[in-house]
Amino acid sequence: MAGVDAPSLRAAIANAKAPRFFWDRAASIRFTDVGRGTSFGARLAELAGRAVLLATASQLTSALALIELDGIARRIVILPPDAAAEHLGAVIAIAGVDAAVIDDGTPPNGALALPIRVPCAPTIVPMRASPLPRVHTEWVLMTSGTTGVPKMVVHDLESLTAAMRASSPADGATVWGTFYDIRRYGGLQIYLRAVCGGASLVLSSAGEPVADRLARLAQHGVTHLSGTPSQWRRALMTPAIRAIVPRYVRLSGEIADQAILDSLRAAFPHATIGHAYASTEAGVAFDVNDGLAGFPADYIGTVRDGVGMKILDGSLRIRSGAAAAGYVGGEQTLTDAAGFVDTGDMVERHGDRFYFAGRKGGIINIGGLKVHPEEIEAVINRHPLVRMSLVRPKRSPITGSVVVADVVLEAERPGAAHRAARQIELKDDILKLCREALPRHKVPAAISFVPALDVAATGKLLRRQG
Amino acid sequence: MSVRLTIIEQMELIAREHGKILAPLKEDLVLADCGLDSLGFAVLVARLEDKLGIDPFTAAEDAVFPVTLGDFVKVYEHGRR
Repeated sequence: MAGVDAPSLRAAIANAKAPRFFWDRAASIRFTDVGRGTSFGARLAELAGRAVLLATASQLTSALALIELDGIARRIVILPPDAAAEHLGAVIAIAGVDAAVIDDGTPPNGALALPIRVPCAPTIVPMRASPLPRVHTEWVLMTSGTTGVPKMVVHDLESLTAAMRASSPADGATVWGTFYDIRRYGGLQIYLRAVCGGASLVLSSAGEPVADRLARLAQHGVTHLSGTPSQWRRALMTPAIRAIVPRYVRLSGEIADQAILDSLRAAFPHATIGHAYASTEAGVAFDVNDGLAGFPADYIGTVRDGVGMKILDGSLRIRSGAAAAGYVGGEQTLTDAAGFVDTGDMVERHGDRFYFAGRKGGIINIGGLKVHPEEIEAVINRHPLVRMSLVRPKRSPITGSVVVADVVLEAERPGAAHRAARQIELKDDILKLCREALPRHKVPAAISFVPALDVAATGKLLRRQG
Repeated sequence: MSVRLTIIEQMELIAREHGKILAPLKEDLVLADCGLDSLGFAVLVARLEDKLGIDPFTAAEDAVFPVTLGDFVKVYEHGRR
């Protein structure tokens, strides 16, 4: 598989012409110190060959621990910050966890009472012990399922870095930032891009307001910034966005519609704006950098950069060296007989491009007609005064359900106040746009203006069952 | 605007949007024959919730859908009180 030649993260951090750092709100850690030292005190050896649960609260300690555990632990089970406490016992049992890495923010949980608990601190002390034997390390990530014990997906450093081109210049001048948490697949990709690609990384801190985060990104001179379309829409509503001048703007994790691509183009006229398609199971499949929503039709049926794609029953299927090896426990299968992962993302062809229609499981049934909320949101988001929208089903005594839309407007500009009278006019205007572009069952029955929409810890718009 | 006028205005609007022809909107008009299909009614109920602030059908567990236009208007007038 073509990828960054990254035998270990420890080797990767040594690679730099200029000083490189992890920054969070409270600390800055220099990579050369990490290379020579340890954040585990003198206790790294206790974790050698074990299945280690990474249960630190902060992203910075997670970032440091991953460098040390790679090649030393047999398995790293990466706990996302929003993991439900009640599932921890099951996660530990299923993944055969026999040690935990914690920090001083790790919430107490009886399930964490493991024989080996090693604290990780954002302070590096010189490494005194002799080098430990290197092992193959499984990296276990959790999916963002809504109910039950999350699925645990097995990767290794090779699959996680398969999509990264070896050409990334290790000039030390690249500064990555991400709105994601690095303990989920999308954020981990950015972490690894920074660590393996010769860059620095600005990490977010828990509970940090968007404006403060943007100010810190500006302070460290972020050049490459990544987030979901929902996170980008939020950032665009924050005036502090004007302080950053990234060269590369990346979207993934949700459908990048034309409206958000155009808004980012307007905000960052000189940046490359790309949207990537990836999932925890299928890995990173492709990047689209032409500024248009969807992807060229010839991506299907050809193998590009080791990634094969096909469409079956309307959903995108991917076979790739970046895909996971399977699930922990191995009871569920990840791929079909030919090695393809079903992404559950539905695509539709229009002309010479494919467009994402929505999630297979997110379909709303309107009197027998199937509707993807995302396709309606994409139309609503085209309105120049709309910043973001959520289309949801509303139960109806007659048709089962209708669709209604919650809409967040652009921040009020002087002279363009969204007063009550103006709002009625605006609703009609948005509905007119929908009627022109959509069949009538997809036109929202009602529109409500809301101050904000909930975005989950995964960075994705929170969709509740209606 | 009265509840009755709001309902009639919305029915006419939805009929136009959906390309349907409404029967004359008299008190004893049987709703099933009025010209709106089931989607049209679903949209009507959602729009009326937006305009009048109530959805008398979804709120009640055992809502009985009215038969005539007059009954339909009464459900909303009753619900608003």
